[in-house]
Parts: sequence; C-alpha cells; structure tokens
Amino acid sequence: MSRKILLKHIDVPGIRGLKAYRENGGYQALEKALKSMKPDEVTEEVKKSGLRGRGGAGFPAGMKWSFIAKPEGVPRYLVCNADESEPGTFKDRYLMSHLPHALIEGMIVSSFALGANTSYIYIRGEMLYVYHILEEAIAEAYEAGLLGKNILGSGFSLDLYVHPGGGAYICGEETALIESLEGKRGNPRIKPPFPAVKGVWGCPTVVNNVETIASVPHIVNMGGDEYAKIGIGKSTGTKLISACGHINKPGVYEIELGLPAEEFLYSDNYCGGIRNGKKLKAVVAGGSSVPILPGELFLKTANGEPRLMSYESLADGGFASGTMLGSGGFIVMDEDTSIVKNLWNFTRFYHHESCGQCSPCREGTGWMEKLLHKFLDGHATIEDIDLLWDIQSKIEGKTICPLGDAAAWPVASAIRHFRSEFEEYVKNPHSIKDVKHYFRINNLVEQ
Amino acid sequence: MAKVTIDGITIEVPDGTTILQAARMIGGDVVPPAMCYYSKLETSGGYCRTCIVKVTKGSEKDPRPMPKPVASCRTTVMDGMVVENTVSPDLLEARKGVVEFLLINHPLDCPICDQAGECHLQDLSYEHGLAKSRYEFKRREFEQIDIGEKIKLHMNRCILCYRCVKVADQLCDGRVHGVINRGDVAEISTYISNAVENDFSGNMIDVCPVGALTDRTFRFKSRVWFTKPMDAHRDCKKCSGKVALWMSGNEVLRVTGRKDRYGELESFICNDCRYEKKNTTDWNIEGPRNIERHSVISQNHYMSLRQLKIDVSKQKELAEKAHRDKQNTQ
Ligand SMILES: Cc1cc2nc3c(=O)[nH]c(=O)nc-3n(C[C@H](O)[C@H](O)[C@H](O)COP(=O)(O)O)c2cc1C
Ligand code: SF4
Ligand code: SF4
Ligand code: FES
Repeated sequence: MSRKILLKHIDVPGIRGLKAYRENGGYQALEKALKSMKPDEVTEEVKKSGLRGRGGAGFPAGMKWSFIAKPEGVPRYLVCNADESEPGTFKDRYLMSHLPHALIEGMIVSSFALGANTSYIYIRGEMLYVYHILEEAIAEAYEAGLLGKNILGSGFSLDLYVHPGGGAYICGEETALIESLEGKRGNPRIKPPFPAVKGVWGCPTVVNNVETIASVPHIVNMGGDEYAKIGIGKSTGTKLISACGHINKPGVYEIELGLPAEEFLYSDNYCGGIRNGKKLKAVVAGGSSVPILPGELFLKTANGEPRLMSYESLADGGFASGTMLGSGGFIVMDEDTSIVKNLWNFTRFYHHESCGQCSPCREGTGWMEKLLHKFLDGHATIEDIDLLWDIQSKIEGKTICPLGDAAAWPVASAIRHFRSEFEEYVKNPHSIKDVKHYFRINNLVEQ
Repeated sequence: MAKVTIDGITIEVPDGTTILQAARMIGGDVVPPAMCYYSKLETSGGYCRTCIVKVTKGSEKDPRPMPKPVASCRTTVMDGMVVENTVSPDLLEARKGVVEFLLINHPLDCPICDQAGECHLQDLSYEHGLAKSRYEFKRREFEQIDIGEKIKLHMNRCILCYRCVKVADQLCDGRVHGVINRGDVAEISTYISNAVENDFSGNMIDVCPVGALTDRTFRFKSRVWFTKPMDAHRDCKKCSGKVALWMSGNEVLRVTGRKDRYGELESFICNDCRYEKKNTTDWNIEGPRNIERHSVISQNHYMSLRQLKIDVSKQKELAEKAHRDKQNTQ
C-alpha cells in the first residue's frame, strides 16, 4: 500500500522547474485533455475516479463540478484554496513548494473542464516564499505557451493569478475566501446561494483544495476507472497526510487510502512510532477541528475492528467513538500530554480566528477559552465541565459557517473521552502544575 | 405560491418569502425574534441567530428535515414546509443560548442608556433569555466615539448586527462606516475617524436595535417612556417627511422615523428632518402615535392609558393592603 502518485517525482533534482517536470511526465495530461477530450469528458473521468475534496469535507469533486451553473454569456471561475491554515495541516504547502507545476497543470486541466478562462490560486499570506515559487512557475508556463491565449493551439485560453491572503484562517472557508479575493473583508457569506451559482464577482465558481486539483492530471492520465481502483470503497486514490506531534518521523506522507492506522503510526515507512519510547495517548487524525480520539479508539473502532486511514473507517462510530479524515493533519500525543492544556490552546486559536459575524461563534469561542484557562489556573469547579459542554453544544450547528463547529468539536470530544482529566484539574490542581507538553501552534503561543 | 406550516398554523405565501416573513404574516407568538434582519436593508440578516427555527419537513418534494436549525430571516419557504418555533423545546433552548451569547459581553448599563425602554435586546432577554448570567469574566470594553456631531457610538453595547453598516452601504454615498478587526474584538468604526456626514446617516440610529448608536441631540434629555410620540409630517425635498416626534409638553425632544412593531422604519428620513426641525411649528402634527410593542416604551401609548391607570391604581391598592397587613402583624 505504498503507492505514490502525487509525490512520485518529489526527489527528482530540479523538479520545481518546468524542464524536469516535463521530463518526468509533466503536462502530458494537459496535452491529452486539450487535444483529445471534450471538457465534459474530463469532468466525467473525475466523476468516475471517485475523487473526494481534500480540503476537509470530502465532497466528491466530480459532482461539485457538475453542479456549476452555466448561464449563457456569464464567465465561470475556478479558485484553488491554498489558504491551508488548519493547525496540524501542512501538506499543501509541501506540495506547492516542491511541485508547483503539478498544481498549475491541475489548474489548467480543471479550468478547461469547467470552461473557466480566468482562475485564481488563493494562497495563505504567511507562505510568501511559496507564493514566489508559484509566480516563477507560472511565468515559466506562460513562456512555454501552457498558459495564456490559445494553449497548445487548442483554442482554449486561460489566465492564472496567485493571490496572497492577509493571514486569516477564516479565509480558508470558501465563501470568505471569495470575499477576500474580491478585495473585501473576509467574512463568510450566508448560503445559499452557493459558489456554484454565485461565486467570484457573482459568477458561477468552483473552489477546490490544492491536493484535489493536483490529483486531476493523474486521473486524466490513467483514466477515472483506473484511479478508482486505488484506495478502498468510496475512499479512492491516495491522500497526503501531514504527520506531527510526538512521533519519531514527522513529515508529509502520501498514503493509499485504506492503509491500516496502526501501520501508518508505527511503521518505519511512515510515522515510525511514538518518540522516546513513550506510550500513545491520543490522536487528532484530520486537523485540529476533528474530534480527538484516545489511542485505543484511534487504532481500533468501538467494534474492535482495526481502524483504516479512510474517510469511512475514521468516521466509524460517529462522533461517539469516531472522528474524521478531515484535511489530513495528523497530530499524535504521547502519555505526557495534557489534554486540557492542549484543548485550551486549540480553543484559543478558534477564538482568535473567528470572524465575529455570528453571535454563537463570536462570543462562545472566547468564553470557552476563558473557562479552559480557569482549569489551568486551578480555579475550575466540576460545574465548569458541564458549562463548557453546554456552551459548545450551543455553538455547534447554529453558526453561519463551519468554524463554529470546528471550535465546538474538539471541546466536545475532549470532554467525552477525557472527562476524568478535567476532574483531575478540579480536584488536584497542584499535581498538574508542572504540566508537560501540548501541541503548540506556531508563534501563537508562549508556553 | 407556497404553503408553509409554522407551529401548526398553515399559510399560503408567494414564492421567495422567507420563513420569518411568513411568520410575520401569521403574526402573534409564532414570530421569531429578529435582531439583525431588516426588511428595508438588502442582504441584512443571518448574523445574530436569534431567529433560528427548526425545519421538520423541507418541502412536499423533499420531505427530509433540515439537519440544523436555520436562520428564518434568510431561509425561503418551500411548498409543504413544516417549521417549528415555539412548539420545540430544543429550539427554545438553543435560542436561549443565542440570547446568552449576545449578553455575555453586553455592559447591561440600561440605567444610563438612552435606548432603555425601546431596546430590542431588553425585550429579547426578557422574553427569551435566562434569568441569571453564567458568565463570570470581565466584559470587553471599548472607548466611546463620536461619529460626527450628531451620533454617539457606544461600542460596548453593540451586538454587531451589521444594520448600520448596510445603511452606510445602501443609503449613504462615499461610505466611511464599517467593521474593523475580527472575532469578539470586531468593532464598528469609521474610516480613519472620518465623521459620517451624509443626508441619510442618521438612520443608523434608528436601525440600531440597542443603545450602541444614539442621537447626540437627544442624549440624556429624557427617558423615552416619559416622552409622548406624535405622528407628524412636513414637506421635505429629501425624504418623505413622515416622522415621529417625541415630545415633552410642547417641546420636541427628538425626531425619529416611524417604526413598526418589529422596530423597522416605515421609511428612512433625512438628517434635516431628524436634527434641524425641533419646533412644533416645523411640523403638521397628525396626532398621537400608537406604539405596538411589549416594552416600556408603550407605557405611554395613549390607547392603553386607561388600562395603565387601572393597573397603577391596582398596584396602589395592593401596596396599601400590604402596608396595612404589616401594621396589623406588628
Ligand atoms: C474555517 C474554515 C477553514 C477552511 N480552510 C481551508 C483551507 O485552508 N484549505 C482548504 O482547502 N479548505 C479549507 N476549508 C474548506 C473549504 O471551505 C472548502 O470546503 C474546500 O476548499 C473545498 O475544496 P475541496 O472540495 O477540494 O476539499 C475551510 C473551511 C472552513 C470552514
Ligand atoms: S461561525 Fe464564526 S467564523 Fe463563521 S461566520 Fe460565524 S463568526 Fe464568522
Ligand atoms: S452599532 Fe447598532 S446597528 Fe451598528 S452593528 Fe452595532 S448594534 Fe448593529
Ligand atoms: S434576524 Fe435572522 S439571524 Fe438575525
């Protein structure tokens, strides 16, 4: 199960440049699509491939494409979501900085399929060096006639722009991203209308994740049916997982979906087990937003079946005993980790990143952060655990965009699975004084 | 046309009607509270979440229930839709949560707030909130700002409903008023402290559901329930000239637009009418204005003056009785 598709050529010297990329099969899918396929045929292959959105929600990409409205005389847009800011997730940055042409080829082929003649890559502002890498690669592609007017003599034209964001997590939410791209404050829009009907500049738009778009050329090359054979069930293809935390080998791994979770965590081909010979305590399997699972529940489902790295298996048991594959931000915590302190840190992030439009998220995230800090200070009471539970339940599902849910789920799951640890903070605040470590979010935190 | 059932009452409404509008057509208790929606301002609504309702049946064609509560002000009805508002205990509990969120950072300085008595947040917390706050932390604070000569901004009281932003966007040219920062430190602001000088900017005061934007020409002059509202009009080149005068004796203390029972203006008025015409001779007075609201402001409502007198005399009787009882036991 160590099939590599996206990262196959990552170690080739100079692969960042157009020459090496082409020598290793790059832009073949573009030629194939432009010269021998109709746009709808490309969409059809993507549908057949079963490719699911890699940005977090896992919505089938082909289906999303077929929803795009096609009113006469109105332009359509493709927007690539490269705002990657979910704590624990750093796979898009890796892909773009090493293989910029993989994304650009994906953008051209996908724009062709959607009938878009202008497309955007919205990149997280802090990744300025990646922005420069992309700009350079785009210039190369224009030079080689792969972008611009009449690409490869096919009559299809495309202009591709990279737009750096201002450094807000919320601009990764697709409608906030569109607002920001239009030069406005990055507030999520109230849906409907969905971007497929009214997106950028009020025109039909598809927003896809970097990895989703970079997978499209491979699907065109091998055919949708062939791609669908990779993976397991409805989790087709390969997925990039950015692994971090208390493991021996943090990094970005490409896995075939369906890989046993245990193998991914302990095999030397991947994470290489828990560092310093410690025991596993908990795993956040898909980026900070998804429910945290105790080690045992991560390795085996509630029915005792081995957990697999796939959309379905990770979700097995619902939120009671399962989680989500999410964006593939894989965070491992060893036995010394304080779940409460870690949760405080995550919650602080969501409080900091709320756009402030809707009351439950604007007010609730800050309240939860303050309550969690009370635990760390040793002033919390048992009632505070219930209050925390009540607040998260009043945020979840009542907000404009899913950031509210993303703030609520980590709190709910930590209380669900680690309630005794909260109680310990109440009963014995001093025994935990010298807490241990927790997963830190870049420079947001002074420990 | 679409048939929609709200709390068991069925009504037929034109396509494109929102659940909230449909509920208002039915009227009474089934109408969800709305703190940010404003029918006269485009794209308003969706922010505060007080108007959430439960959709237990999506439509005749697709009868599945909606998985989450929806904002009734931004959700259009479908034929055959079934909606639960006051009949769903879960929903009422969820709404309590929203009200609590709106209040945790609110200063609750009603005793010194000009809006007290006509404040929609007061009504909301009275009708839908908890009796006691569970919030124990420091509330956020902002400096007070003068937005030009006529408007005072108390950001502490703002619930970020975005109505004033829509007024600036849709009624005023050269918009300088909007939201800066994000999350719970987001604030209403004017672009680099530009004053808002615009013929229609005063409407921000009227659309503000709380005491965040108040009329500086009326500041601390009187509690609103001591003033008497009168309908009046004048020939105005800029606006309809149809206003409500808030009077004390023969003095005009304040001029506002005419608001309906949901706090929405019948029409927007210009700043001349609002700020510059404070003499009774400026106006043709039509007569007392009937205020159909639950709050203290309707205490002065003339139609129920008799009722009020009866209530007061009843209270007096009760108080006297209590006094007598106390003396008797001593
Ligand atoms: C708060 C928030 C942040 C998000 N951030 C990202 C992100 O950084 N990158 C991303 O691809 N999707 C992000 N998403 C998901 C997008 O809204 C959208 O679903 C996704 O870009 C669709 O692409 P896909 O179908 O290819 O996954 C975020 C969603 C939310 C609610
Ligand atoms: S849920 Fe949070 S981030 Fe999303 S729109 Fe509401 S306030 Fe903004
Ligand atoms: S100042 Fe008033 S109208 Fe403006 S957003 Fe705040 S509460 Fe709403
Ligand atoms: S009135 Fe509907 S969300 Fe505020």
